[in-house]
Amino acid sequence: MGWLLAVATGATMAVLLGVLYRPLGDYMAWVFTTSKDWTIERWLFRLVGVNSKSEQSWQAYLRAVLTFSAVGLVGLYFLQRTQHLLPYSLGLPPVPEDLAFNTAASFVGNTNWQSYSPEHTVGYLVQMAGLSVQNFVSAAVGLAVAIALVRGFASRRTGTLGNFWVDLVRGTLRILLPLSVLAAVILLAGGVVQNFNGFTEVTTVTGGTQSIPGGPVASQEAIKMLGTNGGGFFNANSAHPFENPAPWTNLVQIFLLLVIPFALPRTFGRMVDDHRMGYAIVATMAVFFVAVFTLLTIFELSGNGTAPQLAGGAMEGKEQRFGVVGSTLFASATTGTSGGAANSMHGSYTALGGMIAVLNMLLGEVSPGGVGAGLYTILVMAVIAVFLTGLLLGRAPVFLGKRIGVRELKLTSLFILVMPTLALVGMAVSLAIPAVHDEIVGTAMGNPGSHGLSEVMYAFVSAAINNGSAFAGFNANTPWLNTTLGVIILLGRFVPIALVLALAGSFASQDRAASQAAELPLHRPQFVGLLVGVIVFVSVPTFFPILTLGPLAEGLG
Amino acid sequence: MTIIRRFKRGAGQRRLQSFLRTFGLPLRGAIRKLDPRVQRRNPVLFVVWCGAALTTVVAFAEPFIGGPALSGGTVLPPGFSWAIAVWLWLTLLAANIAEALAEGRGRSHTTSLRLMRESTTAHRVRRYDETNDPGAHSTDVRDVNSAELQPGDMVVLTVGGVVPADGEVVWGIASVDESAITGESAPVIRESGGDRSAVTGGTRVLSDRIVVRVTAPIGDTVVDRMIDLAEGARRQKAPNELALSALLASFSISFVLIALTVNTIASPVAGPVSVPVLVALVACLVPTEIAALLSVTGIAGMYRLLQRNVLLDSGHALETAGDITTVLLDKTGTITQGDRRATRFVPVAGTSEDELLRAAALSSLSDPTPEGTSTIELTRRHGIVLDADASRAGRSVPFSALTRMSGRDLDDDGTSVRKGAESAILGWLKHTGTQQSRPVVDELRSVTAAIARSGGTPLVVASKPANGPGRVLGVIHLKDVVKDTVPARVNQLRLLGIRTVMVTGDNPLTAAAIAKEVGVDDFLGDATPKDKLDLIKREQAAGHFVAMSGDGTNDAPALAQADVGVAMNTGTAAAKEAANMIVLDDDPTKLVEIIEVGRRQMATRGALTTFNIANDLVRYVALFPALFVGVFPGLGALNILGLHSPASAILSTVIFSVVVIAILIPLALIGVPYRLTNLAQALNRNLLLYGLGGILVPVVGIKAIDLIVALIPGY
Repeated sequence: MGWLLAVATGATMAVLLGVLYRPLGDYMAWVFTTSKDWTIERWLFRLVGVNSKSEQSWQAYLRAVLTFSAVGLVGLYFLQRTQHLLPYSLGLPPVPEDLAFNTAASFVGNTNWQSYSPEHTVGYLVQMAGLSVQNFVSAAVGLAVAIALVRGFASRRTGTLGNFWVDLVRGTLRILLPLSVLAAVILLAGGVVQNFNGFTEVTTVTGGTQSIPGGPVASQEAIKMLGTNGGGFFNANSAHPFENPAPWTNLVQIFLLLVIPFALPRTFGRMVDDHRMGYAIVATMAVFFVAVFTLLTIFELSGNGTAPQLAGGAMEGKEQRFGVVGSTLFASATTGTSGGAANSMHGSYTALGGMIAVLNMLLGEVSPGGVGAGLYTILVMAVIAVFLTGLLLGRAPVFLGKRIGVRELKLTSLFILVMPTLALVGMAVSLAIPAVHDEIVGTAMGNPGSHGLSEVMYAFVSAAINNGSAFAGFNANTPWLNTTLGVIILLGRFVPIALVLALAGSFASQDRAASQAAELPLHRPQFVGLLVGVIVFVSVPTFFPILTLGPLAEGLG
Repeated sequence: MTIIRRFKRGAGQRRLQSFLRTFGLPLRGAIRKLDPRVQRRNPVLFVVWCGAALTTVVAFAEPFIGGPALSGGTVLPPGFSWAIAVWLWLTLLAANIAEALAEGRGRSHTTSLRLMRESTTAHRVRRYDETNDPGAHSTDVRDVNSAELQPGDMVVLTVGGVVPADGEVVWGIASVDESAITGESAPVIRESGGDRSAVTGGTRVLSDRIVVRVTAPIGDTVVDRMIDLAEGARRQKAPNELALSALLASFSISFVLIALTVNTIASPVAGPVSVPVLVALVACLVPTEIAALLSVTGIAGMYRLLQRNVLLDSGHALETAGDITTVLLDKTGTITQGDRRATRFVPVAGTSEDELLRAAALSSLSDPTPEGTSTIELTRRHGIVLDADASRAGRSVPFSALTRMSGRDLDDDGTSVRKGAESAILGWLKHTGTQQSRPVVDELRSVTAAIARSGGTPLVVASKPANGPGRVLGVIHLKDVVKDTVPARVNQLRLLGIRTVMVTGDNPLTAAAIAKEVGVDDFLGDATPKDKLDLIKREQAAGHFVAMSGDGTNDAPALAQADVGVAMNTGTAAAKEAANMIVLDDDPTKLVEIIEVGRRQMATRGALTTFNIANDLVRYVALFPALFVGVFPGLGALNILGLHSPASAILSTVIFSVVVIAILIPLALIGVPYRLTNLAQALNRNLLLYGLGGILVPVVGIKAIDLIVALIPGY
């Protein structure tokens, strides 16, 4: 029964995404290649003093990304620190310094790690003017960087990558905003709340009192999913009935998470004029997604013990209205994108199921990855795979007419080191300081032993890869963890972006060889297989020893 | 070839000595390379070196700080640290032997090249007088040691003389024995002027007398530098090698990172893993094999070219050679013999063939060019033998650019015979008083036009008795003769997926005919040196990698612009400087071999990398469960290979590293076969062979070693 449901749900999702692959992908390609600005866009450009026709080198593009994000970071920090002075604060005090930094870093970095319980920490103004705005623009930044890399492949010795401000504005106004309005309406219809009511005190049938929260949830929920952000309006995130009321809204949410990342390969294929390459990339993403969803569902459906068997699966930490399949599909999507939303508690999954969720993040989030981030990550991996293909065939490694030389491979080699370094060093440094060690082991960990270690690992990996989901049970709201994780999020977001833009710049300065003779077979199944192998090889082994200490020790113990 | 002779001798007579030469020297070389200053150049091996040193220190210190430590909850057997240390040093030794072995092979070959470049006595001309005494017959000559020669010095060489340094013939013509360099026993002609003027130090003059201008002091010629390179003395990493190194370094760093952090991260749940185990972990997981063998593939590639008489100026050139997609072939000297030769006589205006043949022979008597000599040769084959007197009688009229004719005025009856371009001959006849009749001119035109269309050059023969009307006798059909081997070579290039373009200074009509005969894909006629350069730039702009061969000074810019420029050893100094490869035996079609060797080298690296990565996957499976199985016995379920104990698993994996390097050395030296299948199939096959093979070999290998290690008490 569970199986049939899993196949049916998976197939439905595949059909929906497949239907939108071409139109949405082509639409996004048009958005980023058309030379016509909308009137509102022209106003915006005039307002910030940007010439929309001027092209930027990779350095200029990176400066623009960093400047914009820095302004966002500072703005969001002060908005939280001063919320008690501003309207719609619901009477909440200013957010503490370390938590405000962590939250600002997390939302600017498209991570949406939440060390706090939103309904008790931030008012509506911060939610809407701060967090929601970042939900849009941080996703647009990821999109812009991915497009810049694609332009690097598509251009012919121009050395320029387009204009960040144009990409940012168009990504927000023409893609994210219209889609999220549409999504919000659909979610509203499904029963997601949208009001400014604050807390409503009600008396329950048993005579006790209860505080029912309200808020502008639907509008935020749409972009939370669409922009692969994941920061919930409520602490329970998408498990909360006001965020995600029904099985079908659950599917809508999953669809929203996946739709842009899965359509971006089409945009890529169109912009570089090689649709077969786009199919190879989307196939690789799909292979991972299907593998993760299948494994996760297997582990959760066959959870050992009496209770799971009676319940038809490991139901602890899962919502009854979603069931095992609705939860594992959501978990696959949220850990495979930089989503970080959750409709079930990953910490309560079976040990091996929880490990699959971690593995999905460890792959570098390419199944299909965050908005933009997924595409640029998988393209960087493809650079390595193309290099190996060239070596194996005794041919020059040429990817879409661009030669993969020393500089390109050096940047790629650095890129794959960022996430493991941040996660491992962050974890090791934290555990090496005696006071922090005691704090983590004593209070932060929700469970002792291997499961507790899994929580710590999940937190650091989630921050380093900008996912934002948590292994429930871990309390990261301490000054040390807030600060460390905040720094890791920022480095985990912007160091790879810098490397990707440098890579894009180096491709953009090359001419595009149109030689048929040197063409490598890069769009066939064996290349997809090689790319899958490369992605697994560069990510998983580094974490294998820790996996043996955490989920594997627990699951096989 | 020297090296082959050497091996044969060794095999027959002194086995032991040969064995020592093959393995003893590399072993010594490998031990010398264990110097950390040498190892630092290879980051991956340096990591292993540091690990080996650290483990050795730990092994020494253990008795004083208290026995073998508990590692991840497992008690390690006594002497475990020592075992790891010893095997790590052996891993390094194996890695370095591979390189030393490859270098040794190159060196034994270059020794013979170098031997003949040792100093000799040179006859240096003092105050060379170019205009009055170009042959230096009456100038003062002094004997000096060749080491004292400077560029610009003039030396005289006579029969039996050894050329003291690389130079250029400025006067005379001689046959030279270049077998010491090229291995070809047939002597070659070297003469002043033109593209056959270069002589190489160490070769021997077999006939005649030449004056040579020294172009490079001994020990610093292009060839010398290339020999240095072949010996590994000046090896620089090529781009793909550097790129691969960056990737390998990145993998290595991530594993070092694990080793540095794992104990702290494990601290909430498990005790620390001991240092030797961590070192073993890193040493097994960093891509040691490919790091060790990467340089070997480069050296082996150079050696393979050396065996084919090609010297290169860098590993870069060889790597690029594998990427070549377009080859520019110079018509003259590469595709054709370089000389136009008489192939046929066509009488016109009712002249008898015999008369035409006689006149052609007479007119060519004093014509020393290949056109002249081949005409005489051909008439002789037709049975025309001029008596000795005839060859002296009369007055010879040499070719001049003004008249564009050559010929002879005979003494006995005052008859003049001439041969030359059609317009020149007709003009001469008119000038001497006989305009040819319309039908004759038409007939002549049709014959010459047909010859030109076929790619040949027509030479018209005419004669004029002292007091009679001059007559056109017929036409000599001159033709560029395509070298026998060339069409087959061009076809080989096509099979390699390479476009061939013929470049020539001839008119497009001639060029087209020859292009068709040879089977090249494209041609460029009427080409000036600048046209060649532009063609290369155009091809490169279209994303092609271009190789060209040349030997003239005017080829130098194009050679420098080409991705791979191949100069002939006899080429001018400028050409050799501009090129990045030199073909010692002057075979311009060597490009086929060069490209094949380049591709093979790349494919070998790809195979080794894939094999190594696949290997690593098995090693994770062998190693990681062993780390903490003492704390979490459940991890035993991951011991898929069924290895005997954690200690045995770790030691076996370390030992396997040594074994696998030893297995891979021959593969790196010989290279993987490069077949001309379609690329998709080739990718499938290689992935299967080296990917799957890379998984199966360590599964069997580690398990087998584990079975033996398990017999040691304590493991």
